[in-house]
Amino acid sequence: MSNQNILEVRDLTKHFKAGSKQVVHAVDGVSFTLARGKTLGLVGESGCGKSSCARTIIRMYDVTSGQVILDGIDITHMNQRELKPLRKKMQMIFQDPYASLNARMTVRDIIAEPLLAHGIVKSKEEANELVYPILDRVGLTKEHANRYAHEFSGGQRQRVGIARALVLQPDLIICDEPISALDVSIQAQVINLLKDYQDEKGISYLFIAHDLSMVRYVSDEVGVMYLGQLVEVCESNEIYKNPLHPYTKGLLGSIPIANPRLARQKVKSSIEGDIPSPIHPPEGCRFHTRCPYARPECSMEKPQMKDVGGGHLVACHLYG
Amino acid sequence: METMEPILKIDNLKTSFMTSNGEVQAVRGVSFSVNKGEILGIVGESGSGKSVTSMSILRLLADTAKIKEGTISFGGENLIEVSKKRMRQIRGEKISMIFQDPMSSLNPLIPVGKQVEEMIREHHPDRSREDAKKEVLELFEKVRIPEPEKRYKCFPHEFSGGMRQRVMIAMALANKPELLIADEPTTALDVTIQDQILKQLRELEKEYGTSIIFITHDLGVVAELCDRVIVMYGGLIMEEASIFDIFEHPGHPYTMGLLASIPDVEQDKSVRLMPIPGSPPDMTNPPKGCPFAPRCPYARKVCAQELPEFVQVGEAHKTRCFLQYPDAPADEHNPFRKQ
Repeated sequence: MSNQNILEVRDLTKHFKAGSKQVVHAVDGVSFTLARGKTLGLVGESGCGKSSCARTIIRMYDVTSGQVILDGIDITHMNQRELKPLRKKMQMIFQDPYASLNARMTVRDIIAEPLLAHGIVKSKEEANELVYPILDRVGLTKEHANRYAHEFSGGQRQRVGIARALVLQPDLIICDEPISALDVSIQAQVINLLKDYQDEKGISYLFIAHDLSMVRYVSDEVGVMYLGQLVEVCESNEIYKNPLHPYTKGLLGSIPIANPRLARQKVKSSIEGDIPSPIHPPEGCRFHTRCPYARPECSMEKPQMKDVGGGHLVACHLYG
Repeated sequence: METMEPILKIDNLKTSFMTSNGEVQAVRGVSFSVNKGEILGIVGESGSGKSVTSMSILRLLADTAKIKEGTISFGGENLIEVSKKRMRQIRGEKISMIFQDPMSSLNPLIPVGKQVEEMIREHHPDRSREDAKKEVLELFEKVRIPEPEKRYKCFPHEFSGGMRQRVMIAMALANKPELLIADEPTTALDVTIQDQILKQLRELEKEYGTSIIFITHDLGVVAELCDRVIVMYGGLIMEEASIFDIFEHPGHPYTMGLLASIPDVEQDKSVRLMPIPGSPPDMTNPPKGCPFAPRCPYARKVCAQELPEFVQVGEAHKTRCFLQYPDAPADEHNPFRKQ
């Protein structure tokens, strides 16, 4: 039996150099675990580090410090050659289905490429036997295989991207805003596809998005990120029913409610101001500059992540 | 809402694009009006014709586009026929617009305050620079740009997306227009910033009595902001109703499909989302019948052959669906007739 946790991230930090002296604190000490067959949603405003976090985990970026453990194996400092056999286990779906598919390859070749690269099949003909079923699985047909990406709509392209990720039968897929470029009626198609596949194969997802209601719908657990740090992690229904961190509360209060009567009754708890620069993140709790409940200690001391009961983790001085 | 006098009336608007693949019929006969002081939402997916409709109102279409038919009455004039010079006067003074991407609507080489000031002086050449600047600072304050005096001199790249959109709103309101067209103004923004901007628009509508056409694909935003909604699909209006009717008594299968494909914050996670199968029609060769028929779970033979009329189904509630006709059969395949 393999590990119960497909992914463990410990104190992950990723800093980028900006110019000669400045440092962008994109991800700062993020820790979480993702159980096999489960979905962890990561939410936050743009610039909170959720995409950097994903790309560091999949080792598109080198890790500044901390550990990434995939299925019990520490991949933090592996070189690309050592990493290659493990890449089969971990695939990614990107936000922009227009930019992430090679315009000069047919759909068949796009999906066959990872199979050939990993030596799962020896020839393109052999690949077809795996390509056709996966096309069918994502709701495309054999006829689509010989076409180029530009001939497809956004939703169909995203299906091609998903097919390419699924064809290797990975254990973990990192979905970086997989639906935000799609029309509403198409989003639900893609979400149902991902959920059905999970039910079938017991695959895990790290699901990154800013659409909070969709994240709640697909995730078992949700982590809320702010300026490179996780501020709250808990079971996904709990985070909506009982949000604790003032940032989570504000973020939830900002979601437009698709119900005109409720929307007109609701007293909104929204967040003022913009997210500060990750080059000079605020001292102490990074949210204190926008927090309506900030106290003196919030600007001095960084709050630690604490379990307030039932696995509900929050990093805030109000709970301690 | 109290006074139901329309300030804008569009009648049978048809706009097409001439492309190498033939004529793309983006808008195929759209009629609606906007009342004084109301916020009208236009909902639709990409390619439904919602943006082309608004660009036709302002005559800001690309060279390949052509308004083929229809009238757009505004303040006693037909905007399709007025001279280019007159149109320039109307734009920015009587009708103004904010777009999805504020960066590409601002000049990167001119400080933001100057750009708003130009907007005022363009339409009021008699105003002195000092007066115009004072107005700009007041506007900045109104749209909650902190430290207006300092921000006045900043360039667009020094601003965040939300801040740029505030500048656009300040610019759009500079001459107190009668109508503001907002085309997906919050789509590129984070929910927290979106929330701030929506609040702003609501306050400004109250204060100035400006009517707003708000174009979006986000039903949540519509529910929060709009008084009345138009649902577009395949270049046509499929449904028009008050905000409550759209959500509580949707009168078209497409509207029902849209509502079923978004999870709400309370939705049971074990309940599957109901996506609309298929994808939107190709407008170079629009379907002969109802454009939604190929994706409609209730479609019958007639739906693919003839275009249904836009019929009244309630007070200020109209829809384009054969199943809503008075003589439509009442069976379990008709969602509007079964008990």
